[in-house]
Amino acid sequence: MNWRSIKAIYVFEMTRTFRTILQSIVSPVLSTILYFVVFGAAIGGRIESVEGVSYGAFIVPGLIMLTLLQQSVTNASFGIYFPKFIGTIYELLSAPVNFIEIVIGYVGAAATKSIMIAVIILATSTFFVDLRIEHPVWMVAFLLLTGISFALLGFIIGIWAKNFEQLQLVPLLIITPLVFLGGSFYSVSMLPEGWRTVTFFNPVLYLISGFRWSFYGISDVPIAVSLAAVALFMAACLGVIWWIFRSGWRLRP
Amino acid sequence: MGAIIEIKGLSKTYDGGFTALKSVDLTIEEGEILALLGPNGAGKTTMISAICGLVQPTGGTVRVGGHDIVTDYRRARELIGLVPQEITIEPFETVGNTVAFSRGVFGKKRDDARIEEVLRSLSLWDKRNSKNNELSGGMRRRVLIAKALSHDPRVLFLDEPTAGVDVTLRKDMWNLVRQLRASGVTIILTTHYIEEAEEMADRIGVIDRGELMLVQEKSQMLSQLGQKELHVELAEPISELPPALAPFDVTLGNGGHHLSYRFDRSAERTGITRLIAAIAEAGLVLSDVSTRQSSLEDVFLRLVEEHGA
Ligand SMILES: Nc1ncnc2c1ncn2[C@@H]1O[C@H](COP(=O)(O)OP(=O)(O)OP(=O)(O)O)[C@@H](O)[C@H]1O
Ligand SMILES: [Mg+2]
Repeated sequence: MNWRSIKAIYVFEMTRTFRTILQSIVSPVLSTILYFVVFGAAIGGRIESVEGVSYGAFIVPGLIMLTLLQQSVTNASFGIYFPKFIGTIYELLSAPVNFIEIVIGYVGAAATKSIMIAVIILATSTFFVDLRIEHPVWMVAFLLLTGISFALLGFIIGIWAKNFEQLQLVPLLIITPLVFLGGSFYSVSMLPEGWRTVTFFNPVLYLISGFRWSFYGISDVPIAVSLAAVALFMAACLGVIWWIFRSGWRLRP
Repeated sequence: MGAIIEIKGLSKTYDGGFTALKSVDLTIEEGEILALLGPNGAGKTTMISAICGLVQPTGGTVRVGGHDIVTDYRRARELIGLVPQEITIEPFETVGNTVAFSRGVFGKKRDDARIEEVLRSLSLWDKRNSKNNELSGGMRRRVLIAKALSHDPRVLFLDEPTAGVDVTLRKDMWNLVRQLRASGVTIILTTHYIEEAEEMADRIGVIDRGELMLVQEKSQMLSQLGQKELHVELAEPISELPPALAPFDVTLGNGGHHLSYRFDRSAERTGITRLIAAIAEAGLVLSDVSTRQSSLEDVFLRLVEEHGA
């Protein structure tokens, strides 16, 4: 393993992040506050509590996941798309590095940034609701696993995308609906039978459920299933990336 | 000195079915400057890209410093610095960080002194804290060179290093290349400027339509293929060639003021002596005599023409 190369990529990416840190943080924090106002105050006034947790507190894990998923996909996809777009990727492709090192550098930096923002949102939410975190270690584990696996997905999207529209398409058209329909703002048990079955095909459900469990000990699916789902997803992404670099798809003509 | 790059049967057919390289064989000696000359679309960039790992070869093998570029790519690529044809550079990063990043990504230990040295040698030290997008085109190209040199490569590929670079800067670059060669770096450069190849290279390779048509020592290429022309200005114009000059392949021009004669410098008998004697015999008065060495440009154009025919 070539740690110097990994470090160079990681530091370079983090420097890029910190150049625009303010705008990176402001918009997710602002939208989270809006969610709190809209969902927490407006809807929360009608729904007293979900499974013994106040509605405002109930949606916090979902909100964090929403931002974490969007951020990790967006950051990672942009991180690799940008050098591809301006052509600086030639250096990476001609450097003595293997795909794991490239991925650790880029995905690591993207995940770091997204998790940082997730933590900031977690901190912000304590201004609105009383939080309790029953399994802090698992909470951190879920943050890390989710941040990394969706950054891997973002990395794939960044390599796949041929233009900026495609780059924005996936987060907008796929990630956001999946998160909204994955039980961020409600418990699956509140859905009618038919929809409940459909929801179980949504991978994001397992993440949010597991993450919420680490806060309040309540979940839609068993925690082991959640973990297995994340692990499977991560393995699938790594498999795809391995194939991309082996075949040179969209990287090496 | 031994070979630093061995290319055997290197071929590239792009996905669309276009064959840009047709089984190129080439051995590059350590420490030489090789110029690759060829018209637009000849396959120069494709060849460099295949060696550097940017393009996947569809046939053949390449070894750099004895390491196969596919099976032992780490060792092979560590030895290579690449300056691409297009100026591609991270716009918002500073010059210093951009160059230091290159060293890092090539797995070399951080060395600020070395980076300073590289930046100074390219007159970029003053600009180290400027952002790349605040630089002029020539400076950006130098940043690309600095990036390639930052990890102390043994082989440097310069893909049209002087395209869009002014005369002074071009001279500077030539000097830099010579210094690098003196320090033992092998240099492969592509160019459209024949004078650049003529000025810089030890050997010249001519590529056309994906084929490496010829690789030769520069001097050998010039003398073997090079012809000279003798130009004679006459004091008094003549309307037709006098019979004494009939045996010679002489052309009359410029309203009868000018005679030109082509000869092969390396031939045993150039015929110049007899021609001059014949001119004197015909009673013509010379006002000026000059010879012109055909340049690589002529050689190159002739080769490409022959290839096309
Ligand atoms: N990615 C690609 N896909 C398909 N064809 C390509 C690709 N890259 C290059 N080619 C084709 O391969 C041929 C050789 O291109 P290359 O860039 O190697 O030429 P070159 O000798 O560097 O030309 P120039 O002097 O203009 O830089 C051209 O016909 C070009 O259109
Ligand atoms: Mg080219």
